[in-house]
Amino acid sequence: MTKLYNDKALDEIKARLEKWEKETLPKSLRRFPERSDDFTTLSGIPVKRLYTPLDVKDTGYMEKQGLPGEYPFTRGIHATMYRGRIWTMRMFSGFGSAEDTNKRLKFLISHGETGLSLAFDYPTLVGIDSDDPLAKGEVGVCGVAVSSLLDMETIFDGIDMGAITTNMTINPPAPVLLAMYVATAEKQGVPYSKIGGTTQNDPLKEFIAQKSYVFPPEPSVKIAMDVVEWSVKNLPKWNPISISGYHIREAGSTAVQELAFTIADGIEYVRHLINRGLDVDSFAPRLSFFFDSHINFFEEIAKFRAARRMWAKIMKEWFNAKKERSLWMRFHTQTAGVSLTAQQPFNNIIRTTIEALAAVLGGTQSLHTNSLDEPFRVPSEFAAKIALRTQQIIAYETGVADTVDPLAGSYYVEWLTDQMEEEAWKYIDRIEMMGGMTEAVKRGYPQREITEASFRFQREVEEKRRFIVGVNIFVEEEEDEIRNVPLLDINQKEIEKRQIERLRMLRMERNNEAVRDALNKLRKAASEGENIMPYVLDAVKKYATLGEIMNTLKEVYGIWVEPPIY
Amino acid sequence: MSKGDSIKEVLDKASKGDKAALGRLLTIIETSPKKASMVVSEILHEEGGAHVIGITGIPGSGKSTLISRLISHYKDRGLKIAVIAIDPTSPLSQGALLGDRIRMQEHATSPNVFIRSVPTRGVKGGLSFSGVTMIEVFDKLGYDKIIVESIGVGQTDIDIMNVAHTIVVVTTPGLGDDIQALKAGIMEIGDIYVLNKSDKPEANKTYAYLDFALDLGELGGVDKRGWRPRLLKTSAIMGEGIQELADSIKEHLEYIKASNKYMEKIQTRRMLMIKLLAEKIFLEKLEDLAEKGDKIRLEKNNSLYQACINLIKKVSRELERE
Amino acid sequence: MGGAADILELMKEIRGRRIKVLVAKLGLDGHDRGAKVVARALKDAGMEVIYTGIRQSPEQVVETAIQEDVDIIGVSILSGAHIPLMERLISLLKEKGIDDIPVFLGGTIPIPDIPKLEKIGVDKVFLPGTPLYDIIKYTVEAVKKKRSRRN
Ligand SMILES: Nc1nc2c(ncn2[C@@H]2O[C@H](COP(=O)(O)OP(=O)(O)O)[C@@H](O)[C@H]2O)c(=O)[nH]1
Ligand SMILES: [Mg+2]
Repeated sequence: MTKLYNDKALDEIKARLEKWEKETLPKSLRRFPERSDDFTTLSGIPVKRLYTPLDVKDTGYMEKQGLPGEYPFTRGIHATMYRGRIWTMRMFSGFGSAEDTNKRLKFLISHGETGLSLAFDYPTLVGIDSDDPLAKGEVGVCGVAVSSLLDMETIFDGIDMGAITTNMTINPPAPVLLAMYVATAEKQGVPYSKIGGTTQNDPLKEFIAQKSYVFPPEPSVKIAMDVVEWSVKNLPKWNPISISGYHIREAGSTAVQELAFTIADGIEYVRHLINRGLDVDSFAPRLSFFFDSHINFFEEIAKFRAARRMWAKIMKEWFNAKKERSLWMRFHTQTAGVSLTAQQPFNNIIRTTIEALAAVLGGTQSLHTNSLDEPFRVPSEFAAKIALRTQQIIAYETGVADTVDPLAGSYYVEWLTDQMEEEAWKYIDRIEMMGGMTEAVKRGYPQREITEASFRFQREVEEKRRFIVGVNIFVEEEEDEIRNVPLLDINQKEIEKRQIERLRMLRMERNNEAVRDALNKLRKAASEGENIMPYVLDAVKKYATLGEIMNTLKEVYGIWVEPPIY
Repeated sequence: MSKGDSIKEVLDKASKGDKAALGRLLTIIETSPKKASMVVSEILHEEGGAHVIGITGIPGSGKSTLISRLISHYKDRGLKIAVIAIDPTSPLSQGALLGDRIRMQEHATSPNVFIRSVPTRGVKGGLSFSGVTMIEVFDKLGYDKIIVESIGVGQTDIDIMNVAHTIVVVTTPGLGDDIQALKAGIMEIGDIYVLNKSDKPEANKTYAYLDFALDLGELGGVDKRGWRPRLLKTSAIMGEGIQELADSIKEHLEYIKASNKYMEKIQTRRMLMIKLLAEKIFLEKLEDLAEKGDKIRLEKNNSLYQACINLIKKVSRELERE
Repeated sequence: MGGAADILELMKEIRGRRIKVLVAKLGLDGHDRGAKVVARALKDAGMEVIYTGIRQSPEQVVETAIQEDVDIIGVSILSGAHIPLMERLISLLKEKGIDDIPVFLGGTIPIPDIPKLEKIGVDKVFLPGTPLYDIIKYTVEAVKKKRSRRN
């Protein structure tokens, strides 16, 4: 083991520390009693008054930290990190109708943007068509509505899909949306080898947190892995899955839980794919991750560093991955939406800044910063711009990107990184004992842990053991500034009407015999356990709608209703 | 509906299909024994034709999911279905979270379905009375199937199961808790045993075990008049085995109708209702007296038994006076 | 702010009859953290809480309220579709002749929408960050008011 300190030096420090505790500290404590008897991180890890080399004396440098671009990747997956290229500033946004989205994408492309991001509305996210009664009032609200290939064709009309990459935040309907994307690109004459982008396609976190599940856990995982397998074999540039801790955190988990549950999800997927007979190195480099960056600054940084180390170890030691890229935990980060407040909303800019800084110091590959008006609705352009500028200031003014992993070697940060890892392993062990994450979510285990954590946090805020400025400390009665926040206006009713009309026309004009035939073939393939992707692609090309395809799959796989967990 | 309605008016509206009135009526039964007895007097002499089905089994065995499937099945056949979901939530505080409904929400808007959640805790004098009386009300209002969900543990559950015409015991694969419960004799009462979650790999093994236990008579033997408990496999989540379950329930109904047991159960139910109401009235008065500062004393010369008799007399006098 | 003792004190005021609350997730978003935290807090305060689960339509919520004969309805919406959804919910309640069940709403609601919601008939809107005690207190008072009107 590569120890950083020799015993003699440690003895000296220890002796001096004891003396300090006897002489220097008490004097200070008498004059300035401490604010609290127990300081803890948001995950409840006790924070000591002072950290010294004694706290990290047992960690081997090469084993635990190493060098960037080398195992265990604690210090970053690339050797030069942001000295080479700044992280990708990926801003996720939704724009209402397919036509509006098309206009907006063209605008972004004309300004040099090549990495696009599509947000879908809720009906699309849960796999129902815009004309479904349940969709009423929600069409086009939180993103674009896509009910058929027609919508996808409109979105990318006049855009060269071989020259851009697209990130699609979509889960249960991921096979359908990917098929629509591929079919549209195909029509443009773009070869499969040039189709690039990401589908979130992470079903387990839907059960744990995000709750846009459709099918029960097992078939959900099966379908998602169909997408991964099909992509690995057909779309060399596609990232078929983004294993997400973000939603877990936003649902109220602690940082430790976010870390542990995300990695446990990843483990489950890797197992599933290996059981299908895939070589681990054929798909592992295509797995990517997505984390939250919350307000407890050092804990977040420690979380990111621990995550990289844990994943590298799991891929290498558990799954025998050989390629270096298979060991990389590449991740996208978004600042914490839940940390923002409706009270004194301009303070949200500062929160987001601190969280963004933590993500950068934690070595993220890409970053989305939230807008100050997030507690109210879809961001206005004004607010989104400030959010983007926040990243640019961190990147170009502060100098934090000029050296790799600048906080390494901080006694506190290294100690906390070890703690995060240790605590996360405990959860992962428990989930392993249950037989993996699919079993665990069926028992409601992570759901219950998160509900407990969020309830605990809320109580702590109410009892003023945790502070939120403007909420339980420095509260202002008159909150006129809220009214001054400009809000984005969407003409929802109009969008909904147009969508419904478009669907009505489609259902009349398409070859319904061909649609029925394609859906029957899909049903058969699904019930026989085949990879559904080719059949979904075929149905999509016949203009079967999202809802029709999802309903066909529901007939085979059933639907999921969550066990009552509070 | 408006607020000032008399009980008879509420009952009237409820019988005309006003669900809000029915909802209100059930609340009356839950909250006031006196008004409840007025309701009961109105309906007691009517003849009901409902089939009361008790579904019992440990939490998580899939009762609510299964009931949701049964509702679909009966609904498709044009029947009216009422569900009384007795929630096993056992909170430390007085409050309760009622979660059975979540699995049946797809039926919330069906005109022929009425679902009511009932907490086990926090009800003075126990909830058995309201449970049994609710059955009576649904019966009178023309519901064809009255399905009662409960975990089958505790006096309330036993009372309620006693008045069900047909008892379905739900178990799941794996020789776990529920088999222990079965062995402990809590669940000897089934007319039909359902091995739910039969989509699980261990299902066949458990099925064989249960079949064996049934043969041995460990799971409620053949009753006097010849009903041999059935054992079925279902997967509530996949909707498999529901037709078979409904068939068995129907067979059992035919059997009890032929053997007179059907009417016997109704009589048991009504007698139990009166007994439970009497208990409830008595206990409430007793508490009432205690709250007014009335001390229960043990006189020197009296035996404990005599003290009890005196207490009963005293409560009766008080009740008489009202 | 409300500790356990304050809550006990509040609940004493409505002694005798429990409060039955329907907590509903209206619309398609799955963000149920808020709804569950509120459901849990109301339960801990001693109320009887029915939680509908996610993805409920206004029709389902109204029917559930009717069958369960609840005292009050709490709705959580984070999808941005609060205006059309609440419009539908409240007009359905009126159609069924139910005019005395207060409805409160929590979620990401733009401030300018609050007066609109109140006009529709929403009794009270809670923004993110509202202390649970405030919600408990509101619930008790709203139910007390409703009951005194009923009697
Ligand atoms: N695998 C499987 N799970 C089921 C089945 N039926 C119910 N479940 C699940 O078991 C859990 C408990 O179901 P629930 O109906 O609430 O059980 P209850 O407590 O007995 O009412 C839920 O997660 C259901 O989805 C089934 O047939 N197969
Ligand atoms: Mg249940």
